[in-house]
Amino acid sequence: MAPILTTHDLARTFETKRGTVEAVRGIDMAVEPGEILGFLGPNGAGKSTTLRMLTTLLAPTRGSATIAGHDLAGEPEAVRRVIGYVAQSSGVAPDELVRHELVFQGRLYRLPRAEAEARADELAAELDLTELLDRKCAELSGGQKRRLDIALALIHRPEVLFLDEPTTGLDPGSRADLWDLIRRIRGQQGTTVFLTTHYLDEADELSDRLIIVDDGRIAAEGTQRELKTRYGGAEDATLQDTFIAITGRGPRKDDLAPVAL
Amino acid sequence: MSHLLADTRVVFGRYVRQTLRSRISLVFGLLQPMLFLAFFGPLLDGVPLGGRGDSWQTLVPGLLVQLGLFSAAFAGFGIIMEKQLGIVERMRVTPVSRLALLLGRVLRDAAQLLVQSLVLVLAGTAFGLRAPVLGVLIGFAFVSLLGISLASLSYAFAMRVNTVQEFAPVINSINLPAMLLSGILLPMALAPVWLDTVSHFVPFRYVVDAVRAAFVGDYGSDIAVGALATIALAAVSLTLGTRIFRKAGA
Repeated sequence: MAPILTTHDLARTFETKRGTVEAVRGIDMAVEPGEILGFLGPNGAGKSTTLRMLTTLLAPTRGSATIAGHDLAGEPEAVRRVIGYVAQSSGVAPDELVRHELVFQGRLYRLPRAEAEARADELAAELDLTELLDRKCAELSGGQKRRLDIALALIHRPEVLFLDEPTTGLDPGSRADLWDLIRRIRGQQGTTVFLTTHYLDEADELSDRLIIVDDGRIAAEGTQRELKTRYGGAEDATLQDTFIAITGRGPRKDDLAPVAL
Repeated sequence: MSHLLADTRVVFGRYVRQTLRSRISLVFGLLQPMLFLAFFGPLLDGVPLGGRGDSWQTLVPGLLVQLGLFSAAFAGFGIIMEKQLGIVERMRVTPVSRLALLLGRVLRDAAQLLVQSLVLVLAGTAFGLRAPVLGVLIGFAFVSLLGISLASLSYAFAMRVNTVQEFAPVINSINLPAMLLSGILLPMALAPVWLDTVSHFVPFRYVVDAVRAAFVGDYGSDIAVGALATIALAAVSLTLGTRIFRKAGA
């Protein structure tokens, strides 16, 4: 099958007071339809910047990308119609009702009102939010809020779902629930999932394949087993050891690339 | 184009609902002009202000413009909050028209301003304001267009800064001189020549003059000049706002 997402030499630089920061230095990759791709890397490796480019929020300074047959630079609107995006931080208004947020999001994707309302009910049932539909977003727990964020991103049945560190800050039970949910989304709809995460156990558990970025470039890619054998020294090496062998260090503290401009 | 209208209606609907829910913002914006009306207006009774009509016909138009100036200029506050909550990005990853994200908000601000203006004029009437209905309606049209312009500028500026701390001081330091120099409380007819000259460089002055003329039933050159200034301001502000909303990150 033809890949659903390809990038060629995708790059982004930021001009800061201290000079030019090359956050992403040229990424070539291909993602297969229906795949769960784990996109890993230390802080400041360029994960979020790559994701923000692929979701049309940030213009690349160089290179190109195609998503579901649409050129990222030339047809951003067509790209927006086929992708869903869950950002690192939740994007809901505290005093809006859950139902209103869902319907409004559907309307932004230009669903007719009745369809947006039906879709809100349907997603709420699938994501275990039905009881919460008439609550204010501020009343939701962390795990519930994350499920709402995912529901918002799925309202228009996207072909590709981008998740930026979806389980950061969740308790272990909510994390496990979310993993099940992500598998179910892929299983039922065949949705391609592009996932960044800091948690190696999460990447190991969920992904079909991993891309590890470091310093704005792809440092390694392959299935967990391939990477463990090649870099970790054995098929049963831990992903932690493999990760450190690839990037040469543990997670770095400072993040040079600004998250937003 | 049909997308733009439908999208604008969706965005407008969301913000109108939010405004209706927190009626506080309606009242809060009205507080300052109401205080001037009640505690400053009576002082002007019988004082020669150098204009036509009585003191209420001079003061109320000024307060209307002041209301527009302050409530619209701070409109950007909301979008800074929404940026910090990730709501702006959540909207921007959808295919919704970028311009609708601006227009839907700006139209909500104009609608809110109209309601506030009506309350202010009714209160003014209770204090003794008498003005022709047509003149008052023309005044509302000026204030709405002024509000649309300033709210667009405010949102455009708010999109470029990250915190309220960067936003508020700039707006304050523009608004106060703009208010004083446009003769909002007392007409510039009382000013020495140099001050009157300076005030001619402030576009709001022409808006105040036009609304005052409308309130005394003089539908002539003051209104024409005011309309030109207001339309020019709106054209510049909306162009700038559109450009920034189109560009930001996409």
